[in-house]
Amino acid sequence: MNIADFRFTKEHEWVGAEGDVAGIGISDYAQKELGDVVYVELPALGDRVSQGSACANIESVKAVSDIYAPVSGEVIEINEALEGKPELINQSPYHDGWICKIKMDNPAELDKLMDKAAYDEYLKGILED
Amino acid sequence: MNRLPELIFDISREGKVGYAISGTEFSDDLSAIDPDRRRDGLEDFPQLSEVEIVRHYTNLSQLNHSVDSGFYPLGSCTMKYNPKINEKIAGFEALSAHPYSPHELVQGNLEIIKTLEEWLVKITGMAGFTLTPAAGAHGEFTGMQVIRKHFDVIGQNRKIVLIPDSAHGTNPASAHFAGFETKEIPSNPDGILSLETVKEHLTPEVAALMMTNPNTLGVFEKNIIQIASVLHQNGSLLYMDGANMNAFMGIVKPGDLGVDVLHLNLHKTFSTPHGGGGPGSGPVGVAAHLVDYLPVPTVSRDKDRYYAQYFNKEGIGRVKNFYGNFLVMVRALVYLCALGKENLRKVAEDAVLNANYIRKGLEDVLDLPYKSRSLHEVVFSDKNLDVKTLDIAKRLLDFGIHPFTIYFPLIVHGAMMIEPTETESKETLDHFIATMKQVLKEAEANPGTLENAPYSTPVLRLDEVLAARKLQVRWQKGE
Amino acid sequence: MRYFPLTDADREEMRKVIGIKDSRELFADLPQDKIYYSLADIPPALAEDELLGKFSALARANAYPDYLSFLGGGAYRHFIPEVVNQLSSRGEFVTPYTPYQPEVSQGSLQAMFEYQTMMTMLTGLDVSNASLYDGGTAAAEGALLVLRKAKKDRILVAGNLHPEYIEIIRTYIHNLDLHLETVDFSRETGAVNLDDLSGKLDDQTAGFIFQSPNFFGVVEEGQKIADILHGKKAYAVQVIAEAMSLAFLRSPGQNNVDVAVGEAQSFGLPLGFGGPYLGFMAAKEEFIRQMPGRIVGQTLDREGKRGYVLTLSTREQHIKREKATSNICSNEAWCALRAAMYLATLGRKGLLEVSRINHLNTAYFAREIGKNQKFAVRFPKNFYNEVVVQVKNVKIEDVLQKMQDKKILVGIPLKWFFPEYPDALLVNFTESHTKADIDRLLKALGELS
Repeated sequence: MNIADFRFTKEHEWVGAEGDVAGIGISDYAQKELGDVVYVELPALGDRVSQGSACANIESVKAVSDIYAPVSGEVIEINEALEGKPELINQSPYHDGWICKIKMDNPAELDKLMDKAAYDEYLKGILED
Repeated sequence: MNRLPELIFDISREGKVGYAISGTEFSDDLSAIDPDRRRDGLEDFPQLSEVEIVRHYTNLSQLNHSVDSGFYPLGSCTMKYNPKINEKIAGFEALSAHPYSPHELVQGNLEIIKTLEEWLVKITGMAGFTLTPAAGAHGEFTGMQVIRKHFDVIGQNRKIVLIPDSAHGTNPASAHFAGFETKEIPSNPDGILSLETVKEHLTPEVAALMMTNPNTLGVFEKNIIQIASVLHQNGSLLYMDGANMNAFMGIVKPGDLGVDVLHLNLHKTFSTPHGGGGPGSGPVGVAAHLVDYLPVPTVSRDKDRYYAQYFNKEGIGRVKNFYGNFLVMVRALVYLCALGKENLRKVAEDAVLNANYIRKGLEDVLDLPYKSRSLHEVVFSDKNLDVKTLDIAKRLLDFGIHPFTIYFPLIVHGAMMIEPTETESKETLDHFIATMKQVLKEAEANPGTLENAPYSTPVLRLDEVLAARKLQVRWQKGE
Repeated sequence: MRYFPLTDADREEMRKVIGIKDSRELFADLPQDKIYYSLADIPPALAEDELLGKFSALARANAYPDYLSFLGGGAYRHFIPEVVNQLSSRGEFVTPYTPYQPEVSQGSLQAMFEYQTMMTMLTGLDVSNASLYDGGTAAAEGALLVLRKAKKDRILVAGNLHPEYIEIIRTYIHNLDLHLETVDFSRETGAVNLDDLSGKLDDQTAGFIFQSPNFFGVVEEGQKIADILHGKKAYAVQVIAEAMSLAFLRSPGQNNVDVAVGEAQSFGLPLGFGGPYLGFMAAKEEFIRQMPGRIVGQTLDREGKRGYVLTLSTREQHIKREKATSNICSNEAWCALRAAMYLATLGRKGLLEVSRINHLNTAYFAREIGKNQKFAVRFPKNFYNEVVVQVKNVKIEDVLQKMQDKKILVGIPLKWFFPEYPDALLVNFTESHTKADIDRLLKALGELS
């Protein structure tokens, strides 16, 4: 999966789709804001999630952030490596730091999300504030 | 060389003994209890001699900075001197009765409770007090329960509590545990709540507004009387977080400002020690129409006899076992008796004078985000500095000064919240100001110095990320 | 006055620097018509010797010290070795704040780490926090913990839990959308009625809060209770009002209980007329991120040396605010320090010995009083340190008064909390009672007619 093909949410989650399976994680901006990740509460296999609902959370020393599912569907894979090495999210937010994979109910939901260019614009706006 | 003493589990050796308690077993008949309900030993539990115990804890104590050893200007904590006479009196055996003792045998204790309540009534202008909550947050929870009860009784289902963005985290947490939803309202450019903002958020669903006064910026909420008025017109109540009472004890009474419910912290304004994190005591004072809702037990006086009531159908129930933290109340009462009418006002006058002296001393080198008048504490930000608040704080440790509160309140970037209290000398304040200036100069000349501070403390900067990632919250054999 | 280091000369100079003439100007933002109110009703200051005089008189107004007391019910008299008093009263332990700057708080932090460890050893569970307010609020926090973890809205509470603890739990959950139901106890054994427990347990129940030894002093079958609960995917929360029992009885961990909470006043804290006391909470590993209160963790400093910090702060109010696991901020840290010192001082041998004597003294009394037809030990099997004694043919008020006339506080009248036992007393024994004390009690009771 190429970052250039990812979609992004306003809450800084990314989605990388292959067929009807979507891998999700948080963006580089998000991991910087959170600081060193100390713990990840992953969803359970088989959990049903809907777009915009909290499906996981990420804890740093100074905050706990809910992760909102960018698409609806069923959780079919979780990144268990994060249990022993939560720092993967800081080191490699778009690759090794993936959180889970969702079998999408409706891939068209991706169209509602920003593409990379739009997300970069969005970030520019935030950093200017 | 590791400067921490070994853990007691590593000092422990089979056969060492630290105690001598009599109690001969004049029988060894264990037939009353089934053997399978009994424990078969206490494996790995430490065994030390009395000498090693004394050395261990003495050495540990010397690793702590404390009010007794130096300046400790944590904002909104009121780290004032803890008088030793309070400790002596709190240690009187005769006061340490069993809490279920018949009332006629503990008249002295009941008189202490009632007398402290009466002092607090005089100081705050509230109509009645409960001394049962064990801490400020516990008091907040209790106060918010009283407010819920008030609305239950008059049949109004108000769910919302308004809380300013400068509030201490315990405020929304306590309101939440009392079943309320909280709504954050913004402070104005002067750092206080404006009447318009409050009016904007007032709906029939608002049960109360929780205000800290002075607020966490150390600024007096000067719109309080008008805010109380519009709240009352709306049928809502005003809760005052009294953690900062040190700013105006003896100067003004919250009851005269329209407050309906407040809590105080005996371990702040009233000199009882912080103990490394408690025990505290968080008395709650209420307006006359709410007195019946206070939790049990309540203590009353009839001529010169004292009684306690354990049952009150009107009240919110019970929030704490027995009477509350009684020996903490004793310390507070001794303190108030020592201050008396002659010195009561001096507390706030000197506390506010000291804070303003620090403000004057540092306002040329640090950014003051709110220009409003400071009371007992002053808040600077790290704007325009190339160094982080955290690093300044860590460098101060090398000078034997405990840092101010950092990164709170949240509405100030890189907040440095400084509360000297009235029990600091001018010499200490001058030294603090000079040290701050020196540290800031150091930061300008060589920022790296601060990033790795502290250098001279028993341990160097600690890895909090590692602590959270590789959780180790108990000793394990073989490590 | 000795608590104010500023001299008048200092004040004058400082006012000049600030640019004011009078301290009153510092309060210019306050409503001018309400400040500097009259202090006429405030008493005059007392000098140090006068303070001692006044409070000595108040102490003398307590006749309590003249009495031999067998009062228990959640507060217990144990002998406290002098090292605990001396060491805990060091200013470096008494006067610091919560350890937010760990580099200068290693004394408090390491002591708390040792305390947490000893509490896990005693409870047989994986993790402990660094204190709660007391047994009653700890019971309430235990209930909230399992409700949170299970994501359910109903708990069961044993009817023989300390009645004050039940009151506190009710107050805590009253305004939250949560439900509480009581499980009955057996009138024959004084223990939880396991059939009633099974009957009331459903899929919406997060857990069962039970006390062992319970309010009547009876030791519950923790393992059986835990099994019943786990069978329905619910949690077992054991409340312990007499922490000393942990050194004598099968531990909560051995019984597969999930959470142990309670009162540790017995570990080095004086009776203090009810406070400050020491709430504790220990649990299986899986609960750690949901636990309220401070937790100390071990870590390394910049040079790889061992050190301690407060950890998992993201659960707490200063970060999570309204979403925090609890609103607790200040806790009972100094009390936990005293407990740690007491536990270290008694050590393995002392705890085993002292906890055993508590039971043996109680058993001696129970055997002897049972020989007198006027009395009956209501629940004679499996008590630890307290027994319920029923008195025949004498009104309980008369018993209390007659014993008080003999300078004995015989026990807590059960009718305060359990109207169905108007003729019963809860009588407690610790290692502080000698054989002579217990014989004196037996003799005085024997003389009642």
